[in-house]
Amino acid sequence: MKRKQVIPAIIAAFFILFPLVVKSDYYQHLVILALMWVVIGGSWNLLAGYTGQVSFGHAVFFGVGAYTAGICASKLGISAWWGMAFGGFTGALVGLLIGWICFRLRGPYFALATIAAGEIFRLIATNWESLTDGMVGILIIQTFRSKLPYYYLALTLAAASLWIFDLVMKSKLGFYFVSIREDQDAAESLGINATLYKNISLLISSFFTGLAGAFYMNYMAFIDPEVVFSLHYISIMAILVGIIGGVATIWGPAVGAFIMIGVQETFRSSLFGLAPKWVSESHVLVFGLLVIFVILFMANGVVGDWPKIKRLFVRSK
Amino acid sequence: MNFFEVKEISKRFGGLMAVGGVSFQVERGEIFGLIGPNGSGKTTIFNLINQYFPLTAGDIFFKEKSIKGMKTYKICHLGIGRTFQVVKPLKRMTVLENVVASAFCRVNTFKEAEKLALETLDFCNLLHEKDKSAASLPIAGRKRLEITRAMATKPELLLLDETAAGLNPTELDEAIELIKRIRDRGVTIIIVEHIMKVIMTISDRIHAINYGLTIAEGTPEEVAGNKEVIEAYLGEE
Repeated sequence: MKRKQVIPAIIAAFFILFPLVVKSDYYQHLVILALMWVVIGGSWNLLAGYTGQVSFGHAVFFGVGAYTAGICASKLGISAWWGMAFGGFTGALVGLLIGWICFRLRGPYFALATIAAGEIFRLIATNWESLTDGMVGILIIQTFRSKLPYYYLALTLAAASLWIFDLVMKSKLGFYFVSIREDQDAAESLGINATLYKNISLLISSFFTGLAGAFYMNYMAFIDPEVVFSLHYISIMAILVGIIGGVATIWGPAVGAFIMIGVQETFRSSLFGLAPKWVSESHVLVFGLLVIFVILFMANGVVGDWPKIKRLFVRSK
Repeated sequence: MNFFEVKEISKRFGGLMAVGGVSFQVERGEIFGLIGPNGSGKTTIFNLINQYFPLTAGDIFFKEKSIKGMKTYKICHLGIGRTFQVVKPLKRMTVLENVVASAFCRVNTFKEAEKLALETLDFCNLLHEKDKSAASLPIAGRKRLEITRAMATKPELLLLDETAAGLNPTELDEAIELIKRIRDRGVTIIIVEHIMKVIMTISDRIHAINYGLTIAEGTPEEVAGNKEVIEAYLGEE
């Protein structure tokens, strides 16, 4: 086996064995969340990192996916697991709608439009009470008491998304996405239908984010508009996962997801109960500092600047 | 049958008439030069041909079909390639990746695209640079990459926009040699160029414009001897 195959095999083995060794619900929960963020971060990265269309609105697709699953249970009277079948498609449908309108705008204007889209969907979910139950939210009963089924489902989703993103980036699509990011005018004159391929990128991205949303509904068993359509906890988090892990790298958002969930939880729990309570409220501040640090010293993120980081440690030995 | 025809095209930017009713015809297999002083509308004509700007008036025919109002990317699929005067390499990609991206215009799998890209790089003498990042190329390399990328889309008509500007004499000779080899492959070329050595040696016919209007058309000798052309370049006596 080549080295390139050995490392993913080791990583896969580690994650498959992890919940069998670490029995703590708490740590399993954290890894499940991180795996879910691998999917969302990777989706954001496909659109923003590779295609150059920075989105501040990934909560839209996440929330729509989550509500699809929730409404399956609360209104349609079928299992919320149907959301796993539909969530990706409703996410992608909303993605198409947004793309169709917003891709007439370029650069920062597209980013601004996505912020607006996020707010619009949050307000729709809040006010369309007959469908979403508004601020009351949707509560379902978890199917499994054990974390294991959720864990392996999240692991499958994360692995599948990484595999598909990797396939996409090695294909015509991937080359077209990067060309559009680098220079849209040059791309057009090389025969690339920029609008079409930007929409395809958004479609794939919103599909996987919607899927992650549907998973979240099933796993957490409760959603409300403030959580799943949150600019703060979803849209911005998706960006942080991408930037800290490494924009425009396949493994970057995966690494970023674990770092972010780790940092978030460390501070939210006040350094695991060791520090005074006010520390827990400072986690947003820490995110800010982390981003500044990453942008200043490793603009390509942990994965993108890995050779740089490695050199730092080798030299100090 | 006219291979390519530009008919009374004009382009107005607000109060400025950048191109005011220019017409010319290009035969299959020829090198057609487009000259004129700075700001005379040469690049604007290119931007009109590949529909980067919409036409104010007139029409453009490629193989007897109007291409007016088509999208830029469709023009490329039809078989009209172009290079940019201000080079636009895809900077954070390698030279090979740049060409692979454009080769996908004609093929769908990575394998085929890579094969086409490598052939085109070889044809354009850029194969030895294939693993360098596009951003690291000097200007001569970037100009050559522009041509290579356009060639990888397998054009029948190639628009070259000042591909010789900024090159030293050796590089200039190489560029001329490459353009001739492209023509020998059966690609028709329209070239905009300031360097007279290039345009006079390779063009079959030349069309001269000034202030967006045609002032002369003919063989290089005829145009070089034309009174209006001399006045446009050197001023009146």
